[in-house]
Amino acid sequence: MALQENIVKIVSHPHLSPKQKSNYLALEAENSLPYVTVSESTSHAMKDGIICDMFEGHAPFKPRYVLPDYAKYLKQGSEYLELSPAEDFDDALNALIILYHHVPSVTNIPVFLGHVDTLLMPFVSGLDADVIYRKLKRFWIMLDRTLPDAFMHVNIGPTDNIICRTLLRIDVELQQIAPNLTFMYDPGVTPDDLLLLATTNICLCNKPHIANYPLHADTFDERGFGIVSCYNALPLAGGANTLVRLNLKQVALKATSIDDFFQQTLPHYCQLTFELIEARSAFLHQKSHFFDSFLVKEQLIDESRFAPMFGIYGMAEAVNILQALSATDPIAKVNSTKGVSSYGNGYGHNLAANQLGLKISAALDKIVTSTPVTYGYNGRALLHSQSGISLDKGVTPGVRIPYGTEPDPISHIQALAKHHQYYTAGISDILSIDETVKSNPQAMLQLCKGALSLGFREFTANVANNDLVRVTGYMVKRSDIETFKHCGSRTNTTGLAAEAAINTGILQRQARVIAHEQSPFVYE
Amino acid sequence: MSKHAIVSQILPFSCVDGPGSRLVIFLQGCNYQCKNCHNPQTISLCDTCGDCVDHCPEQALTLIATQEIDLKQKTHIVWNSTLCIECDTCLTVCPTKSSPKISHYSVEQMLTVISSQHHFINGITVSGGEASLQLPFVIDLFKAIKLSESLSHLSCMIDTNGSLSTSGWHKLLPYLDGAMVDLKAWQQTTHHYITGRDNQAVFNTIALLAQHNKLYEVRLLHIPGITDYDVEIDALATYLAKLPSDTRIKLNAFHHHGVGDIASTWPQCTQADIESLATLLSQRGVTNIALPALYL
Repeated sequence: MALQENIVKIVSHPHLSPKQKSNYLALEAENSLPYVTVSESTSHAMKDGIICDMFEGHAPFKPRYVLPDYAKYLKQGSEYLELSPAEDFDDALNALIILYHHVPSVTNIPVFLGHVDTLLMPFVSGLDADVIYRKLKRFWIMLDRTLPDAFMHVNIGPTDNIICRTLLRIDVELQQIAPNLTFMYDPGVTPDDLLLLATTNICLCNKPHIANYPLHADTFDERGFGIVSCYNALPLAGGANTLVRLNLKQVALKATSIDDFFQQTLPHYCQLTFELIEARSAFLHQKSHFFDSFLVKEQLIDESRFAPMFGIYGMAEAVNILQALSATDPIAKVNSTKGVSSYGNGYGHNLAANQLGLKISAALDKIVTSTPVTYGYNGRALLHSQSGISLDKGVTPGVRIPYGTEPDPISHIQALAKHHQYYTAGISDILSIDETVKSNPQAMLQLCKGALSLGFREFTANVANNDLVRVTGYMVKRSDIETFKHCGSRTNTTGLAAEAAINTGILQRQARVIAHEQSPFVYE
Repeated sequence: MSKHAIVSQILPFSCVDGPGSRLVIFLQGCNYQCKNCHNPQTISLCDTCGDCVDHCPEQALTLIATQEIDLKQKTHIVWNSTLCIECDTCLTVCPTKSSPKISHYSVEQMLTVISSQHHFINGITVSGGEASLQLPFVIDLFKAIKLSESLSHLSCMIDTNGSLSTSGWHKLLPYLDGAMVDLKAWQQTTHHYITGRDNQAVFNTIALLAQHNKLYEVRLLHIPGITDYDVEIDALATYLAKLPSDTRIKLNAFHHHGVGDIASTWPQCTQADIESLATLLSQRGVTNIALPALYL
């Protein structure tokens, strides 16, 4: 029987660690259950690759992403964990490390470790810079070795403080894939020389990612937000109960005209997406008993702060397909001799194409902000530009410009900036920058400031030929991918990147970027 | 009436043409004939002979005739950038090796281009070709930027072979923030061999810019066995060490990309060559040496 065969394959795999085997076994067990109940049309749309549940599992018993209020936890201690409030720096680090092991997510380990600089600043008094450096360096190494995947994510900034600066120094020294790192930038608070430190790090190792703090802060309430996993922005003390994504390329292929797309196919498949969101979150909230956990009882998370993420991808293909449908469109005529995706004229390059893309984003925003969901943030899902998974072929993540066809970085930013207002649960466009920037971090700083001032929610750059390279949002070392085939990896995400390398050629194209947060496969 | 520039290319974002990120305007035309020129198509101005037009596979080039005020017929090559696929066939077939893919910009038009990028850049750099050959345009452009409320924070720099006369520099100095000057060889004869011109003007330029605190960078393109930087290391180092201490000494590595005939037989410069030159210079007191970001 197939289930047993799969289980044998997993338990006897030569390169998986016992822990990795346990994770795969759990997923096999969960997926041996019947899928949550959905209508026939939704089920068809899933089979046809129009709607995708991100392989979260058949019976979701934990939220996709959880963002505990770590500050509250340090302040009050935990009855469940038998911990008193933290009194000094070591207490705080120790308490955090303990809680990290009790925060689940789709990957079974936490995707959010908190605003670590803000969390630790109350405990630094009396410590000199060198002591702080040594303690944090051990902490950073511990995180990489014990929470082994690159979706695990730390936030720092926007304030200037010794923890923030020390972590930037350590992060570039160690160049680990984990933790993933977001630096919050607020032009009113963050000094230029601190942002320059962050952009210098980007030049050297493609980390950190820079978030537009004021823009995100305006999206959420005063309790705050966090950036987690592959640049998902979510309410603090809450999270994402599920992420369902819609393949806009497939939706466009079903349309007979641009009007038909906006009036029929897009609303129809959005409805099916919502149906899947409802079914999956209902199981989690009503049947799994997740929200009976101590995280809720001790008010580290609040059920009402969880929202489903409404993800989309394949915008570029959708626009090019729709433009070719429109016979009166001069662009489509030009394209008729060169093919619809010819990149001088397609999405990301041509004004009419870019405007059509923006119109699609606006339509999605309208649908998502006006459709109630049972378990949402203020009763709503959050729109997310989804960065792709390692199995995606021939379809571009989120609203990105297809790999290998990107214009220069400034035109790239200008082509996409207006989309960012709509994607409240996160959007990342990875800019690929040539190596000359390495000796000129000031240029990276200016590019970053320019992008954020134009409305970019997130600024992410991959500098050519760094060993540490971004695959959608998570990081991988090129050198690890090479050894993965022969000996596996202690890091869970290396396998995803290796698969991505085969399917999508990320290593051939410097800018190729994919994401995948839960693998349905055992790697051979 | 505004002056027009003959532009070979505008690069919206460069990290290697001055401090920070810069929009770079490459002007067409050069008075040097460097054997090692990496962009030989920017040396001559198109004489509108039209030989390239029929060779263009995308029909991106057309020859048109216009009637001038004095009723004389004048021909132009018009390049349609949206049809161009950058195959460079036109450059290969051109009898004068000059690019027909040029555009004309007035100062106002150029300001519009710069304004659309101003969030992203720390300044602009005019390069070439040899930018100083279109000095009146450069002066007007820099002046307009300095007078503009929204653009005056941008630094205005020039990338030059240093051949401009002292009087020319004096006209530009009030609007100039800094210059990157190529010192293509130390000895007169070597310089003449490489560029076809003497280097006295270059030394005059460097001295004048240094005196006015406008010398941002002196660039040495190292071609092993051809440039005389290593054999003249003592004289060169003594000279460079006396320049203002904030002047960057930028070492560039010669490579074969784009170069013609003789130069393609010259050895390419390796990282080791550059590092050894840098060591020789710093042992002799030269500071603020910048190495290439990458080697081709």
